[in-house]
Amino acid sequence: MGKLYKFLKYFFITFWAVFVVAPFLWALTTSFKDFNSVNGGATYIPWVDFEPKLEGWRVLIKSPANGGVDIIEPYFNSLFVTCTASLISIVLGTLSAYALSRFTFKAGFVKNNDITFFFISQRIMPPIVLSIPFFLFLGAINLLDSLIGLIIVYIVLLMPIAVWIMVDFFNKVPREIDETALIDGCNPYQAFFKVVLPNSIPGLIVAGMFCIIFGWIDFFFAFILTFTEVQLLPVKIVALNSSITPWWSLSASALVSVAPLIIVAFIVERYLSKGNLSGAIK
Amino acid sequence: MNLVAENLSYKPDEQFHLNEVSFNFEKGNIYTILGRTLSGKTTLLKTIAGLLTPDTGTMQFEEKDFLKVPVWERNIAMVYQQFINYPHLNVFENVAFPLKQRKVNDRVITDEVTKSLKSVGLEGYENRKIQELSGGQQQRVSLARSLVKNAKILLLDEPLVNLDYKLREQLREEFKNIFSQGLSEDSIVVFSTTDPREAMEINGEVIVLDQGKVLQVGSAKEIFENPKTLKVAEISNDPPMNILKASIETNKIRFEEIEFELPNHLSNLKEKNFNLGIRASDISLSDSGFEFEVELSEISGSETLLHLKRGNSRIIISIEEVLNFNIHDKVKINFNSNKVYAFNENGVLASSPFGGSYV
Repeated sequence: MGKLYKFLKYFFITFWAVFVVAPFLWALTTSFKDFNSVNGGATYIPWVDFEPKLEGWRVLIKSPANGGVDIIEPYFNSLFVTCTASLISIVLGTLSAYALSRFTFKAGFVKNNDITFFFISQRIMPPIVLSIPFFLFLGAINLLDSLIGLIIVYIVLLMPIAVWIMVDFFNKVPREIDETALIDGCNPYQAFFKVVLPNSIPGLIVAGMFCIIFGWIDFFFAFILTFTEVQLLPVKIVALNSSITPWWSLSASALVSVAPLIIVAFIVERYLSKGNLSGAIK
Repeated sequence: MNLVAENLSYKPDEQFHLNEVSFNFEKGNIYTILGRTLSGKTTLLKTIAGLLTPDTGTMQFEEKDFLKVPVWERNIAMVYQQFINYPHLNVFENVAFPLKQRKVNDRVITDEVTKSLKSVGLEGYENRKIQELSGGQQQRVSLARSLVKNAKILLLDEPLVNLDYKLREQLREEFKNIFSQGLSEDSIVVFSTTDPREAMEINGEVIVLDQGKVLQVGSAKEIFENPKTLKVAEISNDPPMNILKASIETNKIRFEEIEFELPNHLSNLKEKNFNLGIRASDISLSDSGFEFEVELSEISGSETLLHLKRGNSRIIISIEEVLNFNIHDKVKINFNSNKVYAFNENGVLASSPFGGSYV
């Protein structure tokens, strides 16, 4: 029983690891291949199966004039838009979530839960429904094809996530902690910044992670709301595809685009393993 | 200079949480609010703290309209029944927090915090995280934090209720010590509890609260000796005072075919029917007594509580030793008729062994 259990456990762990790692390995080897090595059947070991070439990677940084695609600018555009939108979403979302968790709002039949649902409902609609209003709206204020326009749209998309996670989190922080802070001489703002916020860091990290992931991987709005002036990474990567599929540069760009998320995941994972995400408040 | 409240009412839903509550708390005194759960104790304390604003009523303190002073400027301290501390700070930082908020200089903070932690028996724990402490220790940290402020008003909301038996005894002793020595002349302590024994032990002025209404105010002794109504008698005794429908017939008290001599202090009762109140401790087992059937027998500490039944009457008696009974056993008991209370049919005290009457 014990042995079988152990065997099955390691079997599934191995299976799952292969399942997760295999695509990355495939992308990594493919990124060093050229046209001939790709079309010559499945090969995996460099120098033995095929001769590694750097062409796939060079294409990404060469300017279009030299036959490259130059993803450097879109890359930094994407970083900038995602980080700015996530940051603003977290700040605004956390403040709204605290208000929704602690104070009672009432406007006719609209109460706290309805407002919270209103935020979440932004994510219930399929993105395509939002695309036309967004397009017209950004067109009207002359922000189509601009970083600021994209940031505004991403805030609309990301803030509900932050509100949703943080309302839930604040509801679990006992009200008595805020009250004690007030009694100990904090005004409501000090109570929030000195006591509630420091105890909500785990929630902030989770919310931040989700915002960054959802912002970074968005293709749809980046595709619809930008044309030539501004381009984001996902759109650029898709644009690599032409009559001949350049597997080598596609693989290279895929790896570069996943890199920031892997870094974020490792940071959060360290937090998780330290046990800081749960049990902060008894 | 006193904390004076008049006609505080708070009714957020169908029920009154506070119903026309008035009080006059003098500096240097301890006040105990005694009431069952949901009687409005916490609401009252939160109103004093300023965390709740009553619908109507006034509150004055040091010549100021206290209801207009925001919580953070009231200079109060409060200990909750849950152990509330700041989880992101260690023990020292927790206790130092209110002082830092007042921008006291660091040397003074260190001295005061050390003194305060010493008074609750937590020296040497300064650098521990809150989560590493036991419940009793956490509660002492919040007590230390409320003592360090030298607040004008110290509110203790059932501070012992969530602790285990031994810790409760220990902390109760500490409270008494702190109250007797550490308290400055010009502060008011308000202590709320559901436990009548705690109220008696703390021995301050007792306010009996039920459904948001003040039923009686008086010293612990007075409330024990002359409870104003049936309700007060129930709330201020543990186990609750036994109440029996009884009648007076030719110098005898009669209920459930039991008759005994009318004691002197009941001889002036005008009405024939009344509610007879007898404390569980004033009933004893006796071979020459009246027969009752055992419904439940529980051992609590060194005493045995017997729930008995005869006809439609149910009573609880406490015996000062550990005894085993089976359900449906027959026991014989006797009443100490010199200690019985009489409440009229409206539940108001008509006669007590200590001479009180509110009729």
